[in-house]
This record gives sequence, structure tokens and C-alpha cells, in this order.
Amino acid sequence: MSTIHPTPSGTRDVLPDEMRETHAIAEAVRGVFDARGYGEIHTPALEYEQVLTRGDPAAADPAYKLFDEQGNVLVLRSDMTIPIARVVSTRYATAQPPLRFCYVAHAYRSVRPQRGQDREMLQAGIELVGVPAREGTAETLTVLCEVLDAVGLAGYRIGLGDASLYSALLDGYGVPADARAALLYELQTRDFVGLEREVQALRLGAEATEALMRVPQRRGGAEVLDAAGAAADGLRAVVAQLPGDVAERVIFDLGLARGLSYYTGAVFEVYDAALGAPLGGGGRYDELLGRFGRDLPAAGWALNVERLHIALVGERRGERL
Amino acid sequence: MGGLNGLTLAVPRGALMRETLDLLDALGVDTAEVRANDRKLLFEEAGIVTMRPSDVATYVEAGAADIGITGKDVLAEQSERAVYELLDLRFGPCVMVVATTAGEDRLAEALRRLGVMRVATKYPKIATRHFERTGRQAEIVEVKGSVELAPLTGLAEGIVDLTATGTTLRENGLVVREEILASTARLIANPVAHKIRAAELDDVVARLREALARG
Repeated sequence: MSTIHPTPSGTRDVLPDEMRETHAIAEAVRGVFDARGYGEIHTPALEYEQVLTRGDPAAADPAYKLFDEQGNVLVLRSDMTIPIARVVSTRYATAQPPLRFCYVAHAYRSVRPQRGQDREMLQAGIELVGVPAREGTAETLTVLCEVLDAVGLAGYRIGLGDASLYSALLDGYGVPADARAALLYELQTRDFVGLEREVQALRLGAEATEALMRVPQRRGGAEVLDAAGAAADGLRAVVAQLPGDVAERVIFDLGLARGLSYYTGAVFEVYDAALGAPLGGGGRYDELLGRFGRDLPAAGWALNVERLHIALVGERRGERL
Repeated sequence: MGGLNGLTLAVPRGALMRETLDLLDALGVDTAEVRANDRKLLFEEAGIVTMRPSDVATYVEAGAADIGITGKDVLAEQSERAVYELLDLRFGPCVMVVATTAGEDRLAEALRRLGVMRVATKYPKIATRHFERTGRQAEIVEVKGSVELAPLTGLAEGIVDLTATGTTLRENGLVVREEILASTARLIANPVAHKIRAAELDDVVARLREALARG
């Protein structure tokens, strides 16, 4: 019997057959990045913890931490967005925007035990810096669709929501600040039964109760935007800028909530019927760069290359939800 | 549209099964084959797969079933699963409780004299969260079945378990000391199916709401 020397759970060796297929995906992705004028960036896998938490107070929570010889806390980057925000503020401190960056790089997250989750993930993504809301978001979505087309994924859809939409609704109905955390928690944990319970506990009028319970459950075509009134103006502005073939891929999702706290406007996720989990996602983070001293609007996304690979194989086998 | 609109539904075997199938009948799903067949697990024509209630969230999270029905107790124990909780189906009511043998509260005594209490349960996460939240030191002993046995044999001073009528607890000389969580059956959905099959799914939810309103 041969000895097995294990790798840490959630990590693995990639052998030539898989590597060749992953490379083909990465090359197709890089072709689009290049054609669109996005320059590839490499940043260190290790960052100072205080740099990551400046971008997002929770950024270091899921990360691996270690100490250097001076006792500084180092973390393995949990995404590429915050490192690139750091690069923009230091190496491009005076550069004229817009700036376009891309990456194909590994990110690291600690995992919940026994779930078979990856600790090390290969991500491909872009950051578009200095192009404000509607044009910037539309460009990132257009590049996203071009990338997915280039790798040969056929049936993908883009779920598009707005991180500020539910807060705008709460503002509109005058929900007090101290009652909001409970509602946002239920939304974040995808529990609409809990959301309905919390909304009803507020004892608002019938219209407000109905809207706060039902609006975040609306998904579908442009008609769902009517349900949110003025709170959906941001999404309407984005959609007006989208080319037809990109708009066709969009499913509006008025309850879409992504885990990271730095999103400020449009947020999106990529779905494919061949996989039960999103392939990636992104959004706008207009305040993130300001935290590093260069106050520029920005948007971006990351695709999980391994999940993209699984979806491609699944589509070719005819698998669908 | 009728039936399940081509969606695959994970149906829990056991205590929730009969009322789940009754509800599906009200939706126009033909459940005769499922009812007649105790061993078969996959009913492609009806769009139904049957499984243990605790497996429902696993299948739905992975997308092996688009939607599923299971108890809130299962969802609370597996709170890390990325699934949408869409509807309270209101059947299968039960309560997650802390129970000990009747008479003096052995848990309180253990906490007072030993600083830690031993609690047996099939729901380690719910139990751990409950005692953490209430600031008490508890050693959680995970067992797979017949939790009532634990305090009777000295394995633990108390248990955390699900009870519907309290009969099993009473028959084993146990009394409820605390209630942790009220549970009923819930409709859950896979996060990708929730987006790309939105119209089909919303139609099923709307008809379920109507059927529940009719009683």
C-alpha cells in the first residue's frame, strides 16, 4: 500500500488534463480582457490585515492569517478587489481615469468544515475605475457577457439587483434605523418567511407591509422594476445603457443581496442551469477607493473559473436544473 | 400552468409526508404513485424525489432538486445551507425543547455544582447556539436516535429534542424545561432555480398560498 500525503481539505493538485482545459478557459477570458483594454495585474497573495479591513471591515474574517517576523498580521487575500483598490491609490495615485484592470488569480477563504468547499479558488475578473454609475456598470456587464460567450457557455443568465434598493424602500416607508438590521439579516440569509414575520412585526400600513414583503421577492423581466417605483431608478438607468444581447441575459432580482459590505449600487450574479450555485458576480463599490485615499467610482466582477469549468462540462453533457 | 411546472420537488418521508402529498394533490400533482410505493424514491413523471427530511436541504442546495419541503428544525440545524426559504406551509408543528427527568432540574444542578452540563441531542448546532446565547457552559453529546435514553442512563443530564405532542417525553418521565424554537414545514428553493425558473416557481408558490388559504 502506498502512503497518502494529503493536501489540506478544500485544496487540491491540478493535473495536466484539467490544467489544459482550465488554460483554454483562461486564454479565452484573457482574449476578451485584452480586446477591451483591460490590463492584467498581479498582486501578492499575502497582504497586511489592516489593508484588507480598511476596504471592508469583514474582509479578514474568512481569511487565513499568519504573523511575519515583526509580529504584523498577514492574511491571504480573500478577493482581488481590495488589493486592486490599494494598487490604484498607491501606484496610480495621479493617473487620469478611467483605469481598466483584470486578473486571473487565486483567492483564499477559510471554509466551514465538512462542506467540501474550496479554500483556494481561481478567479478571473475585472475592475473598472473612474467610470460612474450607469456607463461603468453597463461596460462591466457587457465585458462579462463577452467573456462568457468567448469561453463557450450557452445558457447563462445574469441576475441584476441593486444593493441600495431595499434601503431606499425602507427610507421611503420611514422605517426607523434600529428596526432595519433584523430585516436586512433575513434578506441576507434568504429567509423570506422570516422577512415577512419581521415586516409584519413593524405594524406599518397595508401598502408598506405589502411592498417590504413582496418587492424583494420579485424576479423577472423589466416589468418587475415597476413594483419598486423610484427605488429602481438606478436599475432603469443601467438597463437603458445595455446592448440588446446583454439585456436579453438579464433577470432583474429586486432582492439580490451579496455578502460583501462594500457594494453601493448595482450588484449581479451569474447563473447557469448546469450548476446549482452562482458562477460568480460583482457590482459597484463607489466608496471603496475613497477608503484608500483616491475617491473614484468603481465597478467589477469575478468569475470562479473552476465553477465555470464545471458548468461548461455540464452544459455539454446536457445537464440542467 | 399546472402541477409543478416541470420543477423537481424534494418530498420528506416520515412525519411530514402525508400532509405534503395532500398539499400536492390540491396543486393538481398526481401523487397516487408516490402513495402506493413505499420503496421507490424517484417519481420522474410527477417531478418528485422522496428522502429523509434532513437530506432535503442538501439536495436543494446542490440543485439536485429545484425546490423542497422540510421542517424549520432541519433548516435551523443546517443554517449554513445556501437555499431560499419561501413559504411557511404551517403543517407539522413541533417545538425544539430542553428537557430533563421530572423532579429536580438536573441541568440546573449540574451547572450550579459542576459549572458545565451535559446535553444529548440530534441537533448539535441548535443546542450549541442556544446555550451559547443564554451564556451557559454545555457539553453537547451527539446521538443519532432515541435521545430520551440519555438522561435515563446518565449519559447526559438533559436533552435538546423536537417534540410535537410531548407523548414520548412523558412516557420516558421527562419534562420540558425550555422552548428553543417553534417549527413547521417550509418550502425551500435552490438559489439558481429561484432566478432562472422564477416564473414557474412563483406560480407554484402562488398556488400553494391559495391552497393554504383555503385550508
